[in-house]
Amino acid sequence: MTPEAIFKRLQDELGAETVFDLQADPAKTKDPWFKVAPAQIEKVCERLKDDPELACDYLECITGVDYPTDKKIVVVYHVYSYTLKHRVVLKCFLDRAAPSLPTIVNVWSTANWQERECFDLLGVIFEGHPDLRRLLLPDDWEGHPLRKDYKEKDDYHGIPTVRPNPVELFQIKVPGKDKEGAKAS
Amino acid sequence: MSEVIFANEMDEEMTLNMGPHHPSTHGVLRFIVQSDGEIIRKVTPDVGYLHRSIEKIGERNTYPGFMPYTDRVDYVAAMFANECWATACEKLMAIEVPKRAQYLRVISCELNRISSHMVALGAMAMDIGAVTPFPWALREREYINDFVEELCGARLTYNYHRIGGVSFDMPKGWRDKVLRWLDNFDPIMLEFDRLITLNDIFVRRLANVAVITGAEAKDWGLVGPNLRASGVEWDLRKADGYSVYPELEFDVPVGKGQFGAVGDSWDRFWVRVEECRESAKIVRQALDKIDEHPEDDIAGKLPKKMRPDGEAYARVESARGDMGCYVIGKGAEEPYRVRFRTGSFTAMGIVGAKSPGLFLADLVALIASLDVVAPEIDR
Repeated sequence: MTPEAIFKRLQDELGAETVFDLQADPAKTKDPWFKVAPAQIEKVCERLKDDPELACDYLECITGVDYPTDKKIVVVYHVYSYTLKHRVVLKCFLDRAAPSLPTIVNVWSTANWQERECFDLLGVIFEGHPDLRRLLLPDDWEGHPLRKDYKEKDDYHGIPTVRPNPVELFQIKVPGKDKEGAKAS
Repeated sequence: MSEVIFANEMDEEMTLNMGPHHPSTHGVLRFIVQSDGEIIRKVTPDVGYLHRSIEKIGERNTYPGFMPYTDRVDYVAAMFANECWATACEKLMAIEVPKRAQYLRVISCELNRISSHMVALGAMAMDIGAVTPFPWALREREYINDFVEELCGARLTYNYHRIGGVSFDMPKGWRDKVLRWLDNFDPIMLEFDRLITLNDIFVRRLANVAVITGAEAKDWGLVGPNLRASGVEWDLRKADGYSVYPELEFDVPVGKGQFGAVGDSWDRFWVRVEECRESAKIVRQALDKIDEHPEDDIAGKLPKKMRPDGEAYARVESARGDMGCYVIGKGAEEPYRVRFRTGSFTAMGIVGAKSPGLFLADLVALIASLDVVAPEIDR
């Protein structure tokens, strides 16, 4: 099925307030995507998996994207069907101040780690997740690095996160710069 | 008195710390194992020791400038991350890749697949306790490293692919060297089978250990050899037919459960052995067909300014399965968001679910058979 057909089928079944706003302009996006109401994401995913005409049995990727200018965090789901060989891209637009949406661990188990990673790096809360802890960063890390306004701390438990510039540290003479200095003097 | 202590000890669950510097963990990763004697109750994988925030680095570099960093996504099979990033950018900016460059990509990737599987197979045998296959496998990997070094100058982090093509054509005489090695490689794989794959002790050790059914594999998002070992016949090279793979003939080995259930650890080993043979077949054909396309036509036409606006998700079949790269451009020289989806990451997710009830020693077999590479989990 084409993404357009999948979109139409989902919209007919679940209503235009759950699944909406298909973007299929090839100049803007190479993979057509549509929006899903965040509260309904689990229902939509269940339909995608259980409907024999859609049969999406493989959740490829969960990505979080931060858009500070729009005050949104977008969670993107790439879903694939092994049997029917079609792909769908779903997007959930969340409020940046309090990003949260239901988990889909019950639909695809692989969402478990991917949601944890998304929580870790972007701070999206997946409600009902069985084990929402940091995955890649230490438990006591502050902030979520993939947010656009993230500022790296100078140190972590006394370990500096910034290395001194070796050129300055070892007083290495850079030939090009020396000449310029000589000219200026 | 001693009996009382003994009884208490029998009741207690033992907490074992495996890693982060354990010889069988394939990189720096750690498992917190709760076990009842030798039987595992619960395993909590603790990853992130090698997190280098590749995705954040991607947001700070230009599109071509990010290429060397992609090597570090998976340093055992760096060619695939190169290819994945190049493919994603080409899809985003609608760049055509010349045929010769595509053949060179296929050749380099398939050679890299063999060398990566050689590490996987050798290391898995060593984890189980067979030391000999490891140097045997690494000897072949060393040849491939030499070939790739001649091709692009690096042995581990290749930085060979470019957006729109590859960086160098084959050097003179390279093809004959590779073909000569391939002639030797086929009998060596037969020898390898006799040495370890069909070795009775090895088979009995791994058959029926940590069986992953096809449904479980799909549910947990296993990809590549791990998925195929569970009996799901799906290969991105066949399903998507990207690059020049439709022009080449090869089979997709699928786990059959020859000595136990479909999807046991031995199947995962065997699928990799067979994939090495198929890759050798592909390299032969590609080396044969590459001269149909003019020499040095290895770089596509690039836009003057790489400032795409839009998004694309590209996939390649890496040595560890379906590798995806999601790139969003917002009209700047740097991508707005880069995301890598890797096979090891999802494979690691299943360890916690599959291990309860296994023996401690079988946990080592499970991890080794999934062929996880720590940097690919953490990125």
